[in-house]
Amino acid sequence: MSTPQDLKYTRSHEWIRIESDTVLVGVSWFAQDAMGDVVHVELPEVGDVLKAGTPACEIESVKAVSDVYSPVSGEVVEINESLEDTPENVNASPYGNGWLFRVKIGATLDLGDTMGADEYKAHCG
Amino acid sequence: MTLRRTPFFEHHQAAGGRLIDFGGWELPVSYTGILAEHKQVRNAVGLFDVSHMGEVFLRGPSALLAIRHLVTNNIDIPNGHAQYTAMCNHDGGIVDDLIVYRLADDEVLVCVNASNREKDFAWLRDNNPCADVDVVDASDDWAQVAVQGRHAEAILDAITDVDLSQVASFGVVRGVVAGVEGCILARTGYTGEDGFEVFIPAEQASAVWPAIMDAGKPYGICPIGLGARDTLRLEAKLMLYGNDIDETTSPLEAGLGWVTKFDKPDFIGRSALLAQKEAGLTRRLVCLVVDKRIARAHCPILVDGEVVGEVTSGTKSPTVEANIALGYVPRRFARAGNRLQIDIRGRLADAEVVKPPFYKRPY
Repeated sequence: MSTPQDLKYTRSHEWIRIESDTVLVGVSWFAQDAMGDVVHVELPEVGDVLKAGTPACEIESVKAVSDVYSPVSGEVVEINESLEDTPENVNASPYGNGWLFRVKIGATLDLGDTMGADEYKAHCG
Repeated sequence: MTLRRTPFFEHHQAAGGRLIDFGGWELPVSYTGILAEHKQVRNAVGLFDVSHMGEVFLRGPSALLAIRHLVTNNIDIPNGHAQYTAMCNHDGGIVDDLIVYRLADDEVLVCVNASNREKDFAWLRDNNPCADVDVVDASDDWAQVAVQGRHAEAILDAITDVDLSQVASFGVVRGVVAGVEGCILARTGYTGEDGFEVFIPAEQASAVWPAIMDAGKPYGICPIGLGARDTLRLEAKLMLYGNDIDETTSPLEAGLGWVTKFDKPDFIGRSALLAQKEAGLTRRLVCLVVDKRIARAHCPILVDGEVVGEVTSGTKSPTVEANIALGYVPRRFARAGNRLQIDIRGRLADAEVVKPPFYKRPY
């Protein structure tokens, strides 16, 4: 299991990377491992306004579909379109090419219930 | 509740299988990944633990008479052959789908779905019309593996005393497998590939798994989990009981008319099924290809905005690279080429009825 130290994590297994006024969102290694082979990602659309803790997109594995919850509130400004052709990147590179979408955050960023890498590792058991 | 383990449990653990609770059995859903395992079976060969399946024997002078009364197919096969069939209740609903193995004039083996084991045994026992036939649930006495894929014959041939080249599709023989006597080998399966299902006396079964893995090494054999078992069977349009068929569906609706033989002596469900046939079917199980998204069981099927049916199984097909599904629709929409829509979690996706199956083996 890999859990980069520079990211924040949610209890529902998303990660965020804060990059100035935007936040990059993906799912953790633990999440992709539990889902198994990802075969389709239903991304949000650019311009969607997301509310923290509500479903933002869906990841389909061979077995089942899983909701991805937006860890933060804000407007979607970019989506990882390459996942349309290579959804397996969510498995191969959950913290890299498998990122999902980018959210523009307001003046203040509410990190809500997110946690650091060590706490997240403990959460995963 | 303690999960039940098969004789091969330690081999699944050692191979890094991802173990899940599958109807009370602790079984591997996958080892390396469902997609890779699926392709492994399509392109080469794979080994499955299917010991959770149930084995019921009908023994006695009238065993054939009894089974012909209990199932929809005619079991009009010689000894040493097997037949796929439905078993119906008096209303024509499907109690289970199963394979009947005719071992001798007075001995028939019925392989039933794990989830239906108790129900099927009780049904077979309580509806057995012949006083000279014993119905025996021997499920605990048997382990079962499936070797599926184009190299299955070569692999098993190396570790059995039987000449498997002489065993035709749906043929059944008794033999020694990896030194274990009293095994039953059948050229059957649940993947759409050529292959064998091997019933092994449970007490000696454990060593058979590594023996097959060793014999299969030159062919690159891999263990395969339940996840790929499901995608493989769906591509081949093989029924999953509880999803595609159950006691509320009839074999005629499910496209199992080919195993429903009206031209044989009376069998349970016959009059209900005949009435259904004469009145005309109201719905049919169809193969669907879905645009862009994956439909799952229970997604509503719509025509012109109106719900007309429901998806029973769905996945992304690793072989034909399309989103495939099965579902019931009114007969008038069941023709190949018909367009309809599927409500996938609140959003509509276009779908088309296609000819079954989704995959047919090329050899």
